[in-house]
Parts: sequence; C-alpha cells; structure tokens
Amino acid sequence: MLRNSLILLVLLGFAAAIFPLLHSYEAKDALTGVAEHYANYGKEEVGAANLVSAVVVTYRGFDTLGEVTILFLASAVIGLFLKASETYTKDTRSVFFKSTEILVTASRLLVPMILLLGVYIFINGHLTPGGGFQGGAVIASAFALLLLSRPQKHFSHKVISVVESISGISFVFIGLLGVLLAGGFLDNHILAMGKFGTLLSAGAIPIIYILIGLKVGSELTGIVRNLKESQKEG
Amino acid sequence: MIYLIIAIVLGIIMLVAAVIAVYNKDLKTAIIAAGVTSLFASVLYVLLAAPDVALTEASIGSGLTTLIFFYVYNKIRRNNAQE
Repeated sequence: MLRNSLILLVLLGFAAAIFPLLHSYEAKDALTGVAEHYANYGKEEVGAANLVSAVVVTYRGFDTLGEVTILFLASAVIGLFLKASETYTKDTRSVFFKSTEILVTASRLLVPMILLLGVYIFINGHLTPGGGFQGGAVIASAFALLLLSRPQKHFSHKVISVVESISGISFVFIGLLGVLLAGGFLDNHILAMGKFGTLLSAGAIPIIYILIGLKVGSELTGIVRNLKESQKEG
Repeated sequence: MIYLIIAIVLGIIMLVAAVIAVYNKDLKTAIIAAGVTSLFASVLYVLLAAPDVALTEASIGSGLTTLIFFYVYNKIRRNNAQE
C-alpha cells in the first residue's frame, strides 16, 4: 500500500513537472532558430544532399564523437565482464546445436548482400538516408546471421579490435585536421567540396561516415561475438 | 487517409506486443514480442518519413537486441540448471 502510494506520488510529481511544457506548447508552421539556419544555409555551408548527415557529422559532429565513445565504452565493458568469466572455466567443448540446412543455405546467399547494403548505406550517407550508424548496424546484423548459421566458426577478436581502434583514431585525427586546415573541429572543408549531389562531394563527410560505419560495425559485432563466446562455458 | 489507418493499425499491434512483452511469464515469448514491437515501430518510422531512424530500429531494435537477449537468456538458463 505504501509502495503503491509512493509510486503514485512520483507519477504525480512527473506530471506536475511536465505539465507546463505541454501547456506552453503551440504548433509552429515555420522553422525557427538553428533549424532555420540549417535548412537555409546547409547546402552552401556543408554541401551534403542529405541534410540530416550535414547536421549529424558537421554541425553536431562533436556529439557524434560522444555517441561513438559511449558505444565503445558499452562494448568494452561487456568484453571485460565476459572475458573475466571466460578465463574461469577453460572448457571449449561445443554447446551449440547444429544449424538447420535452411539457415545455412540462406545465410550463404544473404550475408554478402546484407554486407553490401551496409557498405552502400554508409558510403552514400551524405546523399541518401542513413549513415555511419545505420550502415554499421546493418553490417553487424550480417555478422550476427553468420554467427547464428555457423556457431562453430571462431571470430578473431584481434581483427575486430584493430579495425575499431584504427577507425576511432582516424575519426579524431580528421577532426583535428579540421582545426588545422579549416574552420574548426570536424569541419568538412579539409577536402575539395566536389559537385553537389555526387558521390565525391561534401568534403570529408564520406570519409568520416566510412570510419564511423567501420567503428560501429566492429563494436556491435564485438558485442555479439563476446556474448556468443560466453555460451561455451559450463 | 489510408496512411492514417495503417499507422493506427501499426500502433495497436505495437501496443499489444509491448503488453505481451511486459506481462508474459514465458521469457522466450516476451523476447519475441519485444522484437515484434521494434519491427512494427520501424515500419511506422518509414510512414512518418524518417527512413534513417527506421534503418537503425530495424537492425538494432529487432535484429541485434533480440539476438543478444536470446544469448543472455540461454546463459541464465544454463547457470540456473547448474545450481
């Protein structure tokens, strides 16, 4: 009874905190503030056909760096905990059932296609919807399918961490190059801007997105791989 | 109009799947229901003209998260069986 009334009290507190926001809300029929600036000058300033990419990589590039760092931290913590329990029992005997023929055959056809889709998404991040995060997640799901269809296959942890580290360091390095050669951290004007709407345009955005895609893909693959390896013990 | 009807149907399916995910006693059913919620959410994002969010939701929400939940479920079940 006491617990329920406490929950009710907390909910009422939330409602009281949020109500002024809802009350003062009024629908706007035009963009205001920074959104207006992005929509009007994004094309000239950044040169990316996909305005979302322009905001995510260039205007708000520092936030993206923070997101990638958080993902890296999550992946590292999972790796740390599962590694600690992995050394405890050194029994590498297989515990997986054999995958069905349908899954194995389908994965042979689908894994290369999903990988290609992921690479397409992050290479064209400045032209079409999607970008580094989306492409990386698609690549990681291709590797997850591969792990499901062939549980005996061993993924090298070294390759995953090398790809992740190199792409992470290069991302920060390109950001610092922006300070030296252009207007500021992660400015994309360090390369030629190219023709608006073509693959080689928008300066450094395609390169940054390739690096983010590789980094996110290897981090998520690393998480799935660590969890799969942890099934072995016991 | 047709988009509105599709969006409402998708929303109802999402709500039902979310309630199943929370209240079902069988963990396997709950994990699948959570994946279904994300899958329909990603279709809804496409209707709401946010294809990049839909891509993320489809691959992380309904793909990787479901798989990770199953790995964790399997590990917990194994540990419980040992005790």
